[in-house]
Amino acid sequence: MTKSTLDVKIEAPAGCEELARTICAAHDNRPDELLEIFHDLQHDLGYVPEETLPVIADVLNRSRAEIYGVLTFYHEFRRTPGGRHNVKICRAEACQAMHTQDLCRHAEEKLRVKFGETTADGKFTLEAVYCLGNCALSPAMMIDGDLHGCVDKERFDNIIADLDRGAAA
Amino acid sequence: MTKIYVPRDAAALSMGADAVVKAIVAEAKKKNADVEIVRNGSRGMLWLEPMVEVETPKGRVAYGPVKPADVPALFKAGFLTGEKHKLCHGLTEEIPYFKNQERLTFARCGLIDPLSIEDYRAHGGFEGLSKAINMAPIDIVNEVTTSGLRGRGGAGFPTGIKWKTVHDAKADQKYICCNADEGDSGTFADRMLMEGDPFCLIEGMTIAGIAVGATKGYIYVRSEYPHAVATLREAIRVATQANWLGRTIQGSPYDFELHVRMGAGAYICGEETSMLESIEGRRGLVRYKPPLPALEGLFGKPTVINNVLSLGSVPIILAKGGDYYRDFGVGRSLGTLAFQLAGNIKQGGLVEKAFGVTARELIESYGGGTRSGRPIRAVQFGGPLGAYLPEDLLDTPMDYEAFMKVDAMVGHGGIVVFDDTVDMAEMARFAMEFCSIESCGKCTPCRIGSVRGLETMERIIAGVDRERNLGILEDLCETMTDGSLCAMGGLTPMPVMSALRHFPEDFHRPVQAEAAE
Repeated sequence: MTKSTLDVKIEAPAGCEELARTICAAHDNRPDELLEIFHDLQHDLGYVPEETLPVIADVLNRSRAEIYGVLTFYHEFRRTPGGRHNVKICRAEACQAMHTQDLCRHAEEKLRVKFGETTADGKFTLEAVYCLGNCALSPAMMIDGDLHGCVDKERFDNIIADLDRGAAA
Repeated sequence: MTKIYVPRDAAALSMGADAVVKAIVAEAKKKNADVEIVRNGSRGMLWLEPMVEVETPKGRVAYGPVKPADVPALFKAGFLTGEKHKLCHGLTEEIPYFKNQERLTFARCGLIDPLSIEDYRAHGGFEGLSKAINMAPIDIVNEVTTSGLRGRGGAGFPTGIKWKTVHDAKADQKYICCNADEGDSGTFADRMLMEGDPFCLIEGMTIAGIAVGATKGYIYVRSEYPHAVATLREAIRVATQANWLGRTIQGSPYDFELHVRMGAGAYICGEETSMLESIEGRRGLVRYKPPLPALEGLFGKPTVINNVLSLGSVPIILAKGGDYYRDFGVGRSLGTLAFQLAGNIKQGGLVEKAFGVTARELIESYGGGTRSGRPIRAVQFGGPLGAYLPEDLLDTPMDYEAFMKVDAMVGHGGIVVFDDTVDMAEMARFAMEFCSIESCGKCTPCRIGSVRGLETMERIIAGVDRERNLGILEDLCETMTDGSLCAMGGLTPMPVMSALRHFPEDFHRPVQAEAAE
């Protein structure tokens, strides 16, 4: 069974406001570094908690609406926690030419989630991405920053199995 | 000691280059062989990745694609001295795919250690900048104008004219912004250069800074390229330490500092004004033009915005002269373009050639046809906003003007090949869907047009009132083309209408029962 993360009340990680303050300070509280600030927060916490937004707005001297607007504009930023591993499969043209649709269907069946969802055990989040710049070795997939090329069903299963074992250990 | 090159390029990593390095180190230890591993960029023969090269007295010998399990056999065959093996392709520079290219911008990519300044300089690096330092800024601009260089990001605007506008503008601060938001499917040349020869981009940007009077630069890289981001950040650190960036560069009066900014998964941020908004820490909403970014760009200041490959072509233009560069190419498409063979292609990779080569030569002679072995049916040129052309138009020469004549665009040089299993109505539907996902939402034709376009395509595919809906589709496309604020909405009709024009049969297929979910 897959829970939609949106239905669950998320407890903000302890000290996330303080962390946001520290990260902003590391960027000299510059409003133009907002994307970098979100990247850093997401790197540390896995997502950008709602609770950090007033803090960021305050120290960058921008309105909360602006901060919220930026966060929600960019596909990359998560507003809810994801799985331990972030599986991104490319669905753009070059990968479609190598039948990424079949791979996507297989991934959904294998992980028993739809795109945008996290597996019930919290191990994997499945996401679509539009181009990873590996178009000569399509279909491409990126997991936690690691790029994989020429991903067929078998290769997908092996990569997931390796991570699954690692996550269990 | 034997030097062994194993690329650190993301494409090579995606096929297991790191594991190959481990296997080579382990085997060398076992065999007591003295080896030095260099992590170079990719030579661009991506179907051979990980392509391992061994330095021999005759030159570098290529082996690929190498899997970790192949390593013991390679050692046994004597690959440390360049001996034969079934994965051996002989001297790298004699491989026809590579040999017949005209490598100007990518001359060093894959050849050198991307983070070694010594290596970079030993192969002509910083020659252009050294010259530029002793030139009058306007002469630098003129040299670039002479070269005929046009924006390599796809739009093809003359780089020299853009620089001249910024040069002539009066301001207390000017900026150089490099657009490295290479979001188009089928393109990876920017990434390869940033990972394989980052100093080349740094040098090009510094020259641009001197030419127009800018002391600060930003490189906006998409977050899908973490390896490029890491390499660039390290390269900037190394270059700053060696005084090729920073204050009074190499004792000259010029200062130039460089920052990397990472995008966050928004395709629209490849549009130049949207990118500026993003660098300023805002939603990536497209700006109205005018004012031109050249006059009011980043933080409201005069700004040069160029693609990675435009800036990456500047060092050789300065080093060898604008005339040298201009002598490649045809008509008004001068110099070389890094063509990228992608999608369903047997020998995918990067082919840098002078403009004028035909698409067929690239796809068939270099690419070797489809990877599936099936006939080519459609080829998309210039990214997701480019046209789909049928097989019988592949003899069109790759130059800006010739492609415009067939209602297509060369763009960034991305070439995505599809075999005969492709459903072009589905590709047209996807073009609209992609636009609906990635539209910034500022202008109505793009924001609403793409959603309506997607719905209309779904109806056409489902066989609902087809003739009427095809009429609506054409009407929508006209509105989007004429009324959109930027190329996102303005060019989405290009793949849609080209698919309809060249492959009408796919829009009139009997409805498949399974399609209804």
